[in-house]
Amino acid sequence: MFPPIPNPTTQATPAKFGEADLIRRSASNITPAAKRQTEVAKLIDVSKCIGCKACQVACLEWNDLREEVGVNVGLYENPHDLTPNTWTLMRYTEYENPESGNLEWLIRKDGCMHCADPGCLKACPAPGAIVQYSNGIVDFVKANCIGCGYCVKGCPFNIPRISKVDHKAYKCTLCSDRVAVGQGPACQKACPTQAIVFGTKDEMKKWADKRIADLKSRGFKNAGLYDPPGVSGTHVMYVLQHADKPQIYAGLANNPTISPIVELWKGLTKYAGLTAIGAFAAFGLLHHIVSGPNRVSDEDEKNAKRLAQGRS
Amino acid sequence: MRHSEVAPGDSVHPGDPVVVDRYTTGARINHWITAASLVLLALSGLALFHPSLFFLSGLFGGGSTTRMIHPWIGVILFFSFLGLFLRFWKLNLWERTDNVWMGRLRDVLTAHDENLPEVGKYNAGQKMVFWSMSLLILVLITSGIVIWDQYFSEYFSIEQKRIAVLIHAITAIVAICVWIVHVYAAIWVRGTISAMTRGRVTGGWAWRHHRRWLKELVTGRP
Repeated sequence: MFPPIPNPTTQATPAKFGEADLIRRSASNITPAAKRQTEVAKLIDVSKCIGCKACQVACLEWNDLREEVGVNVGLYENPHDLTPNTWTLMRYTEYENPESGNLEWLIRKDGCMHCADPGCLKACPAPGAIVQYSNGIVDFVKANCIGCGYCVKGCPFNIPRISKVDHKAYKCTLCSDRVAVGQGPACQKACPTQAIVFGTKDEMKKWADKRIADLKSRGFKNAGLYDPPGVSGTHVMYVLQHADKPQIYAGLANNPTISPIVELWKGLTKYAGLTAIGAFAAFGLLHHIVSGPNRVSDEDEKNAKRLAQGRS
Repeated sequence: MRHSEVAPGDSVHPGDPVVVDRYTTGARINHWITAASLVLLALSGLALFHPSLFFLSGLFGGGSTTRMIHPWIGVILFFSFLGLFLRFWKLNLWERTDNVWMGRLRDVLTAHDENLPEVGKYNAGQKMVFWSMSLLILVLITSGIVIWDQYFSEYFSIEQKRIAVLIHAITAIVAICVWIVHVYAAIWVRGTISAMTRGRVTGGWAWRHHRRWLKELVTGRP
């Protein structure tokens, strides 16, 4: 068992991180915090998950969210997808293992991965609407969000959702408010089997190694850690029984990266675009300075007069 | 026989100077609605395009209202430009003399108008602006709808939206560049702007820049 995080005191505790600990801020040039906090991570051990959805309930409760009563279409997912109110969702896959012939029930807790290289933040046009703290948490700042949906296009995991009510983007915060006072995320606290554990990223990797060794000893020879390098690693990691095939876990990306289209849009296009506009304006200005205005001469007016009089 | 270069409402009034009616009141109102929408679209679009220009969103009441209002101005632009398109497309059809004009761009830029072929109502540069704007606006409204999440988010995949947002950005940049050419040409060629404000130009202006158009107006023969 991973040592549980002790309960908080009843005394007011100052926040452990805040504005001074930002390493990235959307659409802004900031100097990343010089003093880095220890990176935190949530480890989700899919092999230990029993699919009880206590994490989903805890998330709704802690973040004071309500989900609309939906429609049963014969699937375990409830609701059917992430929504502006459902920041984490259990996704269920029935997998027939071709080697063992066993039916495996793969249950993956979907939600924001808190990428070290966050595509949402890169795509965001609103200054300070998405921030990344030095402890690895990527958070949306509602007051600065303009609801454009660019984060949706930037995210390699299809996580952010735009509310139809207030037109703001929502996703898992990694319970930044709880982590700030030394607590773990609400989902982790509620998990009855320790399928979700929380600690420093190093601790989580070490713990994952133990879990992977255990899974391998029980025949899951491809068990491994999902900490995708394409986004420079994540601060939500999975232990997968079949780490060679992430896509069987309800479409988990095999090798997630920020889409090259988004990179082009937010990279070259941004700079080349403004340069082109500047170049056209500069050409006009230069041309006018060098060649002067193209004026109608008296001669032209006389010619026109002659032509017009020829008619009458 | 040559086709006519004259549009409804064009006429010549002898006098000193000669005055030529170039645009009707309807065409001018139509033009200025288009112009205003295009400028507002450029300002609000640039605010969302580059962080250093995000301050422009202040003109529209903040980021959220900019995001909300930009597509609606786009709808106005589309229909307004459609009006201009229907008014002007015929006289903007490409002709063989337009190739000659384009081939002598150096003479155009150095104001050696005497070396250029006689031009009808529009010269090749104006036609290029017209056709490129027509095409660009069509691409902009189409890609714009794909990324108009407030109403159309369910109808397109994220990958389609990524492609659309890139196309939208590039197309908008090109449109702004074309707009700069359009505005600069109107400023550089003195006597042009009155065509779109008062609807009139002087005979000398028409003689210098659109002689074939003026000749037809005077003689009544294309």
